[in-house]
Amino acid sequence: MATFQLELVSPEKLLLSRAVEMAVLPAAEGEMGVLPGHAPMIVTLRGGVIAVTEGGQITERLYVAGGFAEVTPDRCTVLADEATPVAQLSKAGAEARLKEAEAAYAASGSETPERRDAVMAKLLAARVAVSVAEAA
Amino acid sequence: MASLKALRARITSVKSTRKITQAMKMVAAAKLRRAQLAAEAARPYAERMERMLASLGASVAGSPDAPKMLVGTGSDKVHLLVVVTGDRGLAGAFNTNVSRFARTKIRELEAEGKTVKVLSVGRKGATFLKREFGSRIVGEISFQGKKRVDFGDAQAVATRVTEMLEAGEFDVCTLVYNRFRSVISQVPSAQQMIPAMLPATSATAAPTGPQALYEYEPSEEEILATLLPQNLAIQMYRAILENAAGFFGSQMTAMDNATRNAGEMINKLTLNYNRTRQANITRELIEIISGAEAV
Repeated sequence: MATFQLELVSPEKLLLSRAVEMAVLPAAEGEMGVLPGHAPMIVTLRGGVIAVTEGGQITERLYVAGGFAEVTPDRCTVLADEATPVAQLSKAGAEARLKEAEAAYAASGSETPERRDAVMAKLLAARVAVSVAEAA
Repeated sequence: MASLKALRARITSVKSTRKITQAMKMVAAAKLRRAQLAAEAARPYAERMERMLASLGASVAGSPDAPKMLVGTGSDKVHLLVVVTGDRGLAGAFNTNVSRFARTKIRELEAEGKTVKVLSVGRKGATFLKREFGSRIVGEISFQGKKRVDFGDAQAVATRVTEMLEAGEFDVCTLVYNRFRSVISQVPSAQQMIPAMLPATSATAAPTGPQALYEYEPSEEEILATLLPQNLAIQMYRAILENAAGFFGSQMTAMDNATRNAGEMINKLTLNYNRTRQANITRELIEIISGAEAV
């Protein structure tokens, strides 16, 4: 099957750079599958899981807390705020973060709408992290 | 001439100083390697971010409602300098160099009649600049006590700058930091962050180029609104990492010099000690002999 180059980078390191068959990205407006030859796109990501398919099977699942992705016909670059392989996600850590995010959201009542949105996005990302960690 | 006892005490003291500087050099060398790796690891992200920003910025820059962070507020009256320095000393001229550079910059801007505000990241720069520009300092951030500065810390600084921009507290933001050229050479440099300096490619690329074909989800403006603060954070992160690497490089060199100087000093003192000891023996011998002759 045809492949394309998938690159996943976080500010701290380059996590993945190899040819894959398909990647499913948690785009801001819904899950998005990327196959080779996809139309050029720039999308924002919400907190979720990137699933990588190679040889007809999902070979890698990585949790991202948000970020951006640039898709071209032969390449897909994901700029993640933070990325962890699902297997390494700790449930306790995720729950602690969720609590933190919930507190931040509760405290953000008087902030500007933009700030509230940012806090809300963090909260949702933390929720996804917990559910992913539970399932893993 | 100093007494033998005093000389002995000095030799011991310089020897223990040498031990300390030698240990600090080793520690700095080990930390330098880690800091360099971290700085290198951040590079791919920054490069790709730049590429994305170039394609986005080119398509939005022309429109009248382009975000302030990209095109600026339209004036350049108030300048914000973000000065990144080390938190600790004992690193040669590392902190002084960048602080001096910032000082020249502030003076230049004020001579042009601009208002200057300073946000200091790192303890050493704050102490230096406070003496002369105490009233211009709007904030101090320090990572002291932190083992490793991560992206979240840089993001916090960037958020602060963004908030200040939104509140209209400045027009132009410049980052002043020590660029890491090599282990022995760090260059104080200034980099304009707001309005964002787009990479040169975007200026030359024709609007019909491949970059114009992108689809955006959600809209270009919305993506840009999140991408720009993120870009600010990554620039800040890079500056902080380069600062850390430069700091340890500078500290290593400084401690290497200190160790060598201590060694030289020990040699000199030992020579002096031996000469004094021999002079004493000779003097005593002369005293005994001349005493015996007198009898």
